[in-house]
Amino acid sequence: MSSVDIQTVLPELALAIYAMVALLGAVYTGKDALAKPITWITGAVMVAIALMVAGGDGAHASFGGMFLDDAYARFAKVAILLAAAAVLVMGEATMSRRGLLRFEYPILVALGTVGMMMMVSAGDLMSLYMGLELQSLSLYVVASLNRDSVKSTEAGLKYFVLGALSSGLLLYGASLTYGYAGTTLFSGIIQAANDGHVGLGLLIGLVFVTAGLAFKVSAVPFHMWTPDVYEGAPTPVTAFFATAPKLAAMGLFGRVLFDAFGGAIGDWQQIIALLAVLSMFLGAIAAIGQTNIKRLMAYSSIAHMGFALMGLAAGTEYGVQAMLLYMAVYLTMNIGTFAFIMSMERDGRPVADISALNQFAVNDKLRGLAMLILLFSLAGVPPMLGFFAKYGVLIAAVQSGLAWLAVAGVIASVIGAFYYLRIVYFMYFGEEGAGVEMKMSPAAWVALVGSAAIVVLGVVNFFGIETAAAAAAEALVK
Amino acid sequence: MSVADFAFYLFALTTVVGGFFTVMARNPVHSVLWLITAFVGATGLFVLLGAEFVAMLLMIVYVGAVAVLFLFVVMMLDVDFAALKAEMAKSLPLALLIGVILLMELGTIFGVWQFSDGAEAARAAVTPALDVAHNTQALGMILYTDYILLFQLAGLILLVAMIGAIVLTLRHRTNIKRQNVIAQMHRDPAEAMKIIDVKPGQGL
Repeated sequence: MSSVDIQTVLPELALAIYAMVALLGAVYTGKDALAKPITWITGAVMVAIALMVAGGDGAHASFGGMFLDDAYARFAKVAILLAAAAVLVMGEATMSRRGLLRFEYPILVALGTVGMMMMVSAGDLMSLYMGLELQSLSLYVVASLNRDSVKSTEAGLKYFVLGALSSGLLLYGASLTYGYAGTTLFSGIIQAANDGHVGLGLLIGLVFVTAGLAFKVSAVPFHMWTPDVYEGAPTPVTAFFATAPKLAAMGLFGRVLFDAFGGAIGDWQQIIALLAVLSMFLGAIAAIGQTNIKRLMAYSSIAHMGFALMGLAAGTEYGVQAMLLYMAVYLTMNIGTFAFIMSMERDGRPVADISALNQFAVNDKLRGLAMLILLFSLAGVPPMLGFFAKYGVLIAAVQSGLAWLAVAGVIASVIGAFYYLRIVYFMYFGEEGAGVEMKMSPAAWVALVGSAAIVVLGVVNFFGIETAAAAAAEALVK
Repeated sequence: MSVADFAFYLFALTTVVGGFFTVMARNPVHSVLWLITAFVGATGLFVLLGAEFVAMLLMIVYVGAVAVLFLFVVMMLDVDFAALKAEMAKSLPLALLIGVILLMELGTIFGVWQFSDGAEAARAAVTPALDVAHNTQALGMILYTDYILLFQLAGLILLVAMIGAIVLTLRHRTNIKRQNVIAQMHRDPAEAMKIIDVKPGQGL
């Protein structure tokens, strides 16, 4: 270990130390009275660290290759940090209204974010697993933060048990990979995989690692936990689940597939393509019958993960770039949509019923319009950013000869558009019902209107993140 | 058959039999005891491999602490295992299918048994010879130098686990009586006691 090593992990180190200082400070002083300032400070620290990460350049491998700091990791880290900060800040008011804002919440989110940053920087099967566990463990706890609610407890427990199962699959695959490649370092595995061909043992290891990771991105057929966890967890926590961890898991997926098994693209391409097509269709079809908007968003996220996986399945530099862009756009849209969902209330209790939105946009023009834009974008309707993100992954799939996958994607996206547009229909032309009160904090309002504005204005040039994504993809696919 | 071979087969058989009965035993307490048997067998295998430190860890931590804790949990929790088993019977065909597939996969891997070039060498280089450094020292060296990042991360994971356990279970109750030692020690017999002369036929 040298000072160079320390410098590469400085962002993670800073966030971890901040979390520990905040924990000690809160425990010895005001406890939950400090929850609100800690939430805001955590958000500010995350943004500061994101700026710090964005300023880095070059590609460094430290700790004997276990930790990689390159453009790919930096792109993912900036997006993770900004998304986590946005979700924390916009959910603060809702959490405290529900009496759930305990000082541990922002601290657990910060520690989970450290885990996500480790995931996208992993250069070794062991650091991969450590990052993944750190992230997952924090998520299990925040899922059941509302411990007096049966649903929230169930969500946490379900997530925990299935997460443990997926960790088991992943570790089994990792042990096979280690056994047959002789090393856990990605740089070593890729050499082993490049020597002529991938051995059968290594291949089975790859399949198990892929299955474990598919659990984490909730790709079909490893998606069963998603709707229940999304429904049961407190809505601001659900917003967190749907954003930063998804990007971290996709980032990790890319790392493993390209850094460790980049020599065997033909072997994993079919697996990823199958996961993608199943996710897109199940996400699109199963969401149609949902009446709970949180469950609907769960299926929506499954479908979106399918599209992002399509970018990976392409197995090219352009595919990775399209995947990163897709995830960035997905984060933006989801932050806005969840800012809206978490504010839905009636008589002081959260409502998640879609029919509660009837006639909403007639009475509340601006927020209704913002939600309309976000839903159109989620569905992939042309003038919005969501369309261009989808277009990118479709092009990537076609370019690498997966035209059938692209066609399937278009069909699934058309089916999926139905349920997004149904919400819009309810908001504008639904029957007058009990209605919904919007208890929206200024932060959530900014998140909703801001992301709607980004989704429209970003069409011009993606705010320049396209070049950053291209550099990131180039760093990954050498 | 040398002594080492004999010991290997003995321990291997112990582990496999222990594992089998852990799953098959009707009484959950017996399951845990069989689990301990499996751990002991694995400990023997580690000793045979020359990994004494890991063997001792397995013995002390898993057998001594984790398994015994399991035993307590199983004995204290009133879980109706018969009902659970009946539930399991429904999904048994699927479970068997998955089991058979996994077994076949293991069989294929074993049948091919083909390592990547240099895999053997890469693995062997990790362990120094016994006369250079003994096991514990070698592990300590590698843990605190090469793997310091992972070691610290493991610490963070444990921290999260601790915070989680407290967040999810600790309840500050306000309406219960707690012992106040200071107040107790400063009680004065003169104030705390008084003698009342109760007249016959009258209450207080």
